Amino acid sequence: MRRVGPLAIYALWLRDVKRFARTPSRIVGSIAMPLLFLVFLGFGFSGAAIPGLPEGVDYLQYLVPGMVGFTMLFGASFAGMSILADQEVGFLKEILVAPVSRTSIVLGRIAGGSTTALVQAALILLLSIPLGFEIHSLLSLPVAVVVLLLIATTFVGFGVALASQFSDSEGFGLVVQFVIFPIFFLSGAIYPISSLPDAVGAIALANPLTYGVDALRAVLVGSSRFPLALDLGALVVSSLLTVALGTYLFERVEAV
Amino acid sequence: MAAIQVDGLTKRFGETVAVDDLSFTVEEGELFGLLGPNGAGKSTLINMLVTLLGPTEGTATVDGHDIVDDTAAVRNSIGIVFQEQALDEELTGEENLAFHSRLYGQSAGERAERIDEILDLVGLDDERDDPVGTYSGGMKRRLEIGRGLLHEPAVLFLDEPTTGLDARTRRDSWEYIRRLNEEAGVSVVLTTHYIEEAEQLCDRVAVVDDGDIAAIDSPDALTASIGGDVVSLELGGRTDALRDRLAAQSWVSSFSADDAGLRVTVDHGRQRIADLVRLADDAGVPVTAVDVREPNLETAFLSLTGATMAEREADAADGTVSDDGSAVVGAAGGDR
Repeated sequence: MRRVGPLAIYALWLRDVKRFARTPSRIVGSIAMPLLFLVFLGFGFSGAAIPGLPEGVDYLQYLVPGMVGFTMLFGASFAGMSILADQEVGFLKEILVAPVSRTSIVLGRIAGGSTTALVQAALILLLSIPLGFEIHSLLSLPVAVVVLLLIATTFVGFGVALASQFSDSEGFGLVVQFVIFPIFFLSGAIYPISSLPDAVGAIALANPLTYGVDALRAVLVGSSRFPLALDLGALVVSSLLTVALGTYLFERVEAV
Repeated sequence: MAAIQVDGLTKRFGETVAVDDLSFTVEEGELFGLLGPNGAGKSTLINMLVTLLGPTEGTATVDGHDIVDDTAAVRNSIGIVFQEQALDEELTGEENLAFHSRLYGQSAGERAERIDEILDLVGLDDERDDPVGTYSGGMKRRLEIGRGLLHEPAVLFLDEPTTGLDARTRRDSWEYIRRLNEEAGVSVVLTTHYIEEAEQLCDRVAVVDDGDIAAIDSPDALTASIGGDVVSLELGGRTDALRDRLAAQSWVSSFSADDAGLRVTVDHGRQRIADLVRLADDAGVPVTAVDVREPNLETAFLSLTGATMAEREADAADGTVSDDGSAVVGAAGGDR
């Protein structure tokens, strides 16, 4: 079996995109929560003095990249875990019995999940403009897309790895509460991680989303905690790691 | 070359032996049935042949390719319709086929051509742009069977193809499968727990019981192998005296004990009822009920395995009442 089959990856990507585009309720549902966070946190804390906020950056400017990162985190992780949904409706067998390597299947998932998450993140970014968000420089948008794709790859791979550990979607709620939300809260998406106690701050430094959000701030707001090169490097490493882990674990999933 | 060659194939799950040292051959172009109750090991066998499950021991080839060493070649030469539905209901019928075609590496031209052929073959041309979620059960099955043939496989596997379909759709499906077998020239291996399905549809049937194959032959030959009608005598009290008498009769082919009494195989069962009752009377064994079954695949199953399909299914359900006892007479009813 060829290790990487472009046509199979395209088939999986096309399926994800069609399903996404065909269900407006899914699109609305996927951006509703980050949008609500954005509106309520953005306005609620607009006048508050939040410790650690960079000089000259108001809270909305600080928050928007965080919410874009949050959207990517959720969109991509769920895309990775959609293997479980496929398993539940029986469709996974159709994919697994085809002459296609598991690596291609994971890459197809990443292609589809990245695309749909990217659309969601772009919508959030767009909707934040009427709320008062100012993009630092339009020229930096291509870099932002690269950052978003790296975040997506990291968390689709992560979702695949998680899904490989469950036999049904019962553990889903637990994962969201005990894994996805902590990743979100410990990423500096809504407040600077410098205000966290040292031990917790150390966890935040091991969190790929921390670098994802920081990189987004660098390109969208023009202010970041780490150099952009460091953020990008960390994201490349994290995406390689989670994709390798996801593929490794998924290859061990029994087909029946 | 044989379509399928199975040699000593075994699958164990821990202590449980699901498939026990099976060997058989399926000829090219054959419509081959694996008949047995739920839990007999049919699906495990199929899952090994389609490379979804690795065997514990033994080997098999499908279309000449080894199922362990050459999984890619096996996958390219088989089509499969799973017991449970495996369609994306949000995509249209055509999109489901196109997805499949790409996974099997067909070129765009080939894809368009084959999809048209298949949709025409399974009679879903008018519904090609409808989401599969709007299809009826029978239409979904047809789409799945068509999809299994899309990449022109040498062998088509059908795991319980008509489970959950109503009686009429089931009959239509048989018609269908037979036509595909004849027209497309594809070898077909199907599993079923419907006696009637095996009888009506298959060239040859393997009777599978408890991970083992009890017999392989054409439905007619299996039926003929019983050697007569089976008369079941429900008896009160001890049966020893009657057994002695039966053994002495030249017209009794064979007999065996079951829970309720004795099962006697004789020619012209109906005409022998009086004789049998007289023998029991002479032996002082009261007869409470008599039942005659003419030979068919069901009685063959009974005589080969010592139990009816319904009893086996009840065993498999671990002492609980089988929810699909109707399966034995081929009536409608799904097991899921």
